[in-house]
Amino acid sequence: MSKQNPDKDLSARAGASGIQKVLRHRLFFPLLCLALVLLANVAKTPNFFAVSINNGVLYGYIVDVVNRASELVILAIGMTLATAASGGQDISVGAVMAVSAAVCCQILSGGEVSVTSFQNPLVLAVSASLAASALCGAFNGFLVARLRIQPMVATLILFTAGRGVAQLITAGQITYIRVSAYKTAGGYIPGVPIPVPIFFAIGTAVIVALLLRFTALRLFVEAAGVNSSAARLVGLGSARVVFVTYVICGFLAGLAGFVASSRIYSADANNIGLYLEMDAILAVALGGNILGGGRFSLAGSVIGAFTIQSLSTTLYAMNISADQLPVYKAAAVIAIITLQSDVFRGFIRNPRIKNITGSIVFSKKETQT
Amino acid sequence: MRIIPLQRKNLSDTTFLLLVTIGLFAAMYAAGMIIFTNQGFAKPQMFLNLFITNASLIVISCGLTVVMITGGIDISVGSVTALVCMVAAYMMEKQGASVYAAVSVSLGIGLAFGLAQGFLVSYLGIQPFIVTLAGMFFGRGMTAVISKEMISIKNEVFLAWANYKIDLPFGTTNKKGVFQHAYIYPTVIAALVILILVIILLKRTKFGRALYAIGGNQQSALMMGLNVRRTRFFAYVLSGFLAGLGGFLFCLNSAAGFVEQARGLEMDAVSSSVIGGTLLSGGVGNPIGTLFGVLIKGTISSLITTQGSLSSWWVRIALSALLCFFIVLQSVITSRKRKTKSGSSGP
Repeated sequence: MSKQNPDKDLSARAGASGIQKVLRHRLFFPLLCLALVLLANVAKTPNFFAVSINNGVLYGYIVDVVNRASELVILAIGMTLATAASGGQDISVGAVMAVSAAVCCQILSGGEVSVTSFQNPLVLAVSASLAASALCGAFNGFLVARLRIQPMVATLILFTAGRGVAQLITAGQITYIRVSAYKTAGGYIPGVPIPVPIFFAIGTAVIVALLLRFTALRLFVEAAGVNSSAARLVGLGSARVVFVTYVICGFLAGLAGFVASSRIYSADANNIGLYLEMDAILAVALGGNILGGGRFSLAGSVIGAFTIQSLSTTLYAMNISADQLPVYKAAAVIAIITLQSDVFRGFIRNPRIKNITGSIVFSKKETQT
Repeated sequence: MRIIPLQRKNLSDTTFLLLVTIGLFAAMYAAGMIIFTNQGFAKPQMFLNLFITNASLIVISCGLTVVMITGGIDISVGSVTALVCMVAAYMMEKQGASVYAAVSVSLGIGLAFGLAQGFLVSYLGIQPFIVTLAGMFFGRGMTAVISKEMISIKNEVFLAWANYKIDLPFGTTNKKGVFQHAYIYPTVIAALVILILVIILLKRTKFGRALYAIGGNQQSALMMGLNVRRTRFFAYVLSGFLAGLGGFLFCLNSAAGFVEQARGLEMDAVSSSVIGGTLLSGGVGNPIGTLFGVLIKGTISSLITTQGSLSSWWVRIALSALLCFFIVLQSVITSRKRKTKSGSSGP
C-alpha cells in the first residue's frame, strides 16, 4: 500500500500555506463537486437559486433539491457508519425502505387496499415499521459481524428478498393511505414554509453528529474500520460495533422509507427506494470517505447526497429519463473510485517508480481472514 | 494451453458442500414428483425443461463461478444480459442486421464489460463489488438509452435458431397413445458445451489452477510467481464474455429486448454458484456444483409455478433463504477450518 509516512505528512502540512490547507481539507473535494454541479444547474436554469413563497410554503428549484435529497441524506448517514466500520456497503437499504413502507401502510390500512382513515394508531405503525427495518439491519449485521461474510454479499440477500417480502406484506398491491395526517411527513406542517422531510434529514444528521461528538462511537467505528483485529486486541468488541452500525443503517433506511411512502401516501413495494442504494453509496464516496472503511466524515456524506440530488435534477432538466440516469451515475462512481484508488494515487505522486507492492492490492477484508 | 494431468483429490469439505447440493436437488425434485404427479412433474420433458429455461443461467453462472473462485464477484451479468438482448433486438429489427452480426456484437459487449471491469478490479485494485455494481447500473441504463419500448425479434433466421427442436430418442406416450419425443433446444447443447469447457479450463489448465491458487491466498500465489493481476483480469474477461454469450442464449429464449429483462439474474447466478459450493471467500468452487445450483433454482421456480396459487415473489424469497442457509453453512465450515488450521483448503 502506498501510504505516506505520517511524519512527513505532518511536516508537509505544518509548512503548507493557507491555500494548501484549504486544498488539503477533507471536505474540499466534496464541496468542489457540489459547487460544480450547482454551477451547471445555474447555467441551465438561471433562476435556480430563486426562492419564493406561494400559499405559505417555499417554492424554487433549490428547495426542491434539498427536499428531495432528504431520504438520501438519511440513508447516506447510515451508509457512512456501516461503511466506516465494516469496509463494505449495505446494498439492501432500498429494499429495506420498501419493507418499512409496506409495514407502515399495511398496519395503518388494516389490510384494506385504500383507506381514508387510520385503522390503527400512527405511532404504532411507525414504530412497527422502524422496528422491522432495524430487524433487517440486525439480520445484515449478524451476517457481517458474527459470520464474517463480505458485507455486500450478506446484504445481497435482503437486496433481492426485501422487495419480495414487501410485496407479500402488502399482498402484491399498492396500499394507499388517503389521510392528510399521513401526508405530513412527506409534505408540510400547516404554517411552516419548510417541507417536513428536511426536518427529518436535519434531525437525523444532528442526532448522529451529537452521538459521534459526545460518545465514543466515532472512535469505536473508526477503530473497527481501520483494523478490526487490532481493535479487538485492545479490548474493543469490533463485531459488536459493526453489528450496531448495521442496525443503525437499517433503522435509518426504515425512516427514509417512511418519509418516502408519506410523500406518495402509499406503499409501492416495487418503486420505493429503487436505485437509492447506489445513490447512497455514491454519496458516501463523493463525500471523500474511503469505501474500504476507516476514518469518515458525516458532513462529507451529507454534501455528497446533495450533490447527487442536484446532479439528478440537472439530468432530469436535460430530458434524461429515470431509467437512463444510472448510466451517468455509474460513470460518476467509476470516476470517483478511480481517483480514490491507491494505485492511481501512487501513480500521480510518482509515475516513474513502478509500485511493486501495488502489483496486488489487497482489499482489507481479504487480508484479515 | 497445456493440459495438466488431474491429481488425486483431497476434498473433504468441498465434496461435502457438493453432496449437500446434489442431495438437496434430488430431494426437491423427488418431492415435486410425488406431490405433482398428475401435473407431469415425473415426465422426462419436465426435467429437460429445467435445462431449456435455464440454459443461459448455466453459462452465466459458470462465468461467475470462475470470478468467485478468485475471491471476486461480478454482479453486472444480469444487466449485461438485458443489454445484449436489447442490442441484438435493436440491430436485427431496427437496422436489419443479420443474426451473425448480432451474435458477434453480443459477444463484443460482454467482452467489453469484462475488459473494463477486469482492468478496474485487478489493475487499479478497486473492490470488485463496487466496480460491478456500477457496471450493473451502467448496463441497465444503457438498455434504456437504446430503447425504452420492448422490441420483439421477428428475424426469420433467428427464430429458426430459437425454435429448432432437437428430438431425443426417448419420450412419453400421451393420453391418446401417441409417442412424443422428448426434445431440447440448441441453447441447451451450447450451455453444456460451455460447462464442459469451463470444467476443463478450471481443473486441467495452468490458468485454472492459478485461479484457485489466487483465491486460496493471493499473497502465496504472488510469491509462487503467479501473475496475480493478469490472472484476475482474465477471470473477469471470461466472466464478461460468458455473460455476453449467456445473454444471447437468453435472447434466443425470450426473443425480445426490454429494459426490465433479466432483472435479478445476477442474484440467481450468484446464488446458484454459492448453493453449488463456491466459497464466497474464494479458492473453492466447482462448475458441476454450479450446474446443480442452477437446477435447484429451476426446480424451485417450477414447483412454485406448478403449485399455482403462490405468487412469483416466493421464488426469490425461497432462493434468498437457500442462499442464506448456504452462506451460513460455508461460514461455519471456514471458521472451523480456521480453528483447526488444517490448511488444506481448496481442491
